Amino acid sequence: MSEALIRLRGVTKKYGTGQAELMALKGIDLDVAAGEFVAIMGPSGSGKSTAMNILGCLDTPTAGQYLFHGAHVEALSRDQRARLRRRYLGFVFQGFNLLARTSAQENVELPLLYRGESATVRHAAASRALQSVGLGGWEHHTPGELSGGQQQRVAIARAIVTEPAVVLADEPTGNLDTQRSEEIMELLRALNVDHGITVLMVTHEHDMAAYARRVVHFVDGRIESDVPNPHPAAPRAPAVPAQVQAP
Amino acid sequence: MLLSTLFLALRSIRRNLLRSFLTILGIVIGVSAVITMVTLGNGATLAVQMQISSLGTNLLMVRPGQRQGPGGPGGGAPSFKEADADAILSQIGGVAAVAPEARAGATVIGNGRNWSTSVTGSNDTWFVTGNWKLASGREFTDEETQSGAAVCIVGETVRREIYGGTRGLGEQLRIKQFSCEVIGVLASKGQGAMGNDQDDTVLVPLRTLQRRVTGNLRVNSLLVSMQDGSDSTRLKAALRDLLRERRKLAAGDDDNFNILDTQQLADTLSGTTKVMTTLLGAVAAVSLLVGGIGIMNIMLVSVTERTREIGLRLAIGALEREVLMQFLIEAVTLAALGGLIGIGIATVASFALAKVMGVPYLFDPTINMLSFVFSACIGVVFGYFPARRAARMDPIEALRHE
Repeated sequence: MSEALIRLRGVTKKYGTGQAELMALKGIDLDVAAGEFVAIMGPSGSGKSTAMNILGCLDTPTAGQYLFHGAHVEALSRDQRARLRRRYLGFVFQGFNLLARTSAQENVELPLLYRGESATVRHAAASRALQSVGLGGWEHHTPGELSGGQQQRVAIARAIVTEPAVVLADEPTGNLDTQRSEEIMELLRALNVDHGITVLMVTHEHDMAAYARRVVHFVDGRIESDVPNPHPAAPRAPAVPAQVQAP
Repeated sequence: MLLSTLFLALRSIRRNLLRSFLTILGIVIGVSAVITMVTLGNGATLAVQMQISSLGTNLLMVRPGQRQGPGGPGGGAPSFKEADADAILSQIGGVAAVAPEARAGATVIGNGRNWSTSVTGSNDTWFVTGNWKLASGREFTDEETQSGAAVCIVGETVRREIYGGTRGLGEQLRIKQFSCEVIGVLASKGQGAMGNDQDDTVLVPLRTLQRRVTGNLRVNSLLVSMQDGSDSTRLKAALRDLLRERRKLAAGDDDNFNILDTQQLADTLSGTTKVMTTLLGAVAAVSLLVGGIGIMNIMLVSVTERTREIGLRLAIGALEREVLMQFLIEAVTLAALGGLIGIGIATVASFALAKVMGVPYLFDPTINMLSFVFSACIGVVFGYFPARRAARMDPIEALRHE
């Protein structure tokens, strides 16, 4: 592996002190190259969410190094990490986290707002992103008027509207039924394959992990296995089902 | 960025219209109370000044006795004579006119009705010093003044009570034992500064009053009208010296008369209403402060309620200061909006109340501007704490918040 986009070295994370002390991560080494699709699996309490927070620059390790694009994230201030997030990262959450009573268009424009883009640029980019997740024509619907699967698509559009290097997805299909889950996974796979975006995804469903090209297993704060998936799940349905393509 | 943050704030206010309205209610009430109080207070001050100036501008009222202020003449002190008035006019520079005035209470009868009023004896200069105009008829002739003719000029209240709908000119009016002819009607002046009815009087020549009503030569007061631009302090001093001399007071004696300057009276009374205005305004300002606390309360609730939203904004790369600005601008926008609505309500309320209270409506740009700026400042002060709380949130915790 040449120059890794993400490099964790001896990363530990400790919560609490004294009797209540909890080692969530007990020395993690992980390299992720640009363009990978990594699924992170493991039982609850295994440290996968903690690792995801650190990878997403939302949290800093207690000890160890985290190099992102060659920058030492563990040494960055809160605002510096925020700048790094807005520049390189996109987030997809289990609970969608869309702004209520706010149109899909405005939700997707949000990250661009913090980048200081002009209204015209924001508008065009958001429309493009919504188009690419198959929600062209749904721009003016609010989350309340969209199904769960559609809401997660809006969230994905919001994650990719800034053209990030990495998309971090934390159980993106956790709140969706099987069919919607597969559609979302198709979208993530397409992002990875067609746009070369590195995807890091936490999941506890093997069916979903099967879409990734590499699966990392966490157990008890350590990486138990890290295996490539030579045969990722093939598209079983078109990435964008016909019934959601237009309102 | 600032503009788009403002836009964001407006959008968030619109999204929670009812709550936004309740949040700013305190500010709305506070601002409208302050502005209404001050506007009405200013109107009342102006009303007082107008009433005083209806007594006559540049007027000095000289009365026997030492008592200061607008009370009646002091007992015991000798009254003036008609000659005093002539002496003042001829010997003191800067005097425009002097009217000797004598008054007596009397019941007047005419047209089959009677009315208890005050009969004033003076001459034509009384019109100048008292700023009186005639609604109809004519003033006294010199001959009538000299001879003490049986003629009278009635005030509007007396005319209404005795003659009702008719003008009353040429009618006979009986004052005590004598009858006089009504030759004029005074133009109405309305309520005086002390709440008295200035129109409730009958004017007769001074000699007529002295001979036929009071039976003596006393003059109760001297009304001295100063020329425009004359130095009232020097004129008062000269007047005092002259009167002391004419009343034969020794060097050590106290004055047995007093000089009331209507300008001073106006200043004193309008000073009182100004103090009242300031006090009421200050009380209303406290409600503005309470309104600010209301904003802080709701903003804190709003920050807690929007924890996930804040978490998301932080996660996708909002800087601490951007989140701070967002909530701060939201608070300031709310407060300023409240200020604007308050100004609107205050304008309507003070206009209507001024009508009801019978004081003039005066739009005061300063207090409107000041209230608006102050309410925006309240937004900053009380919005800062909730905004800082939002900005300092841990994005992970915030995103997990249910």
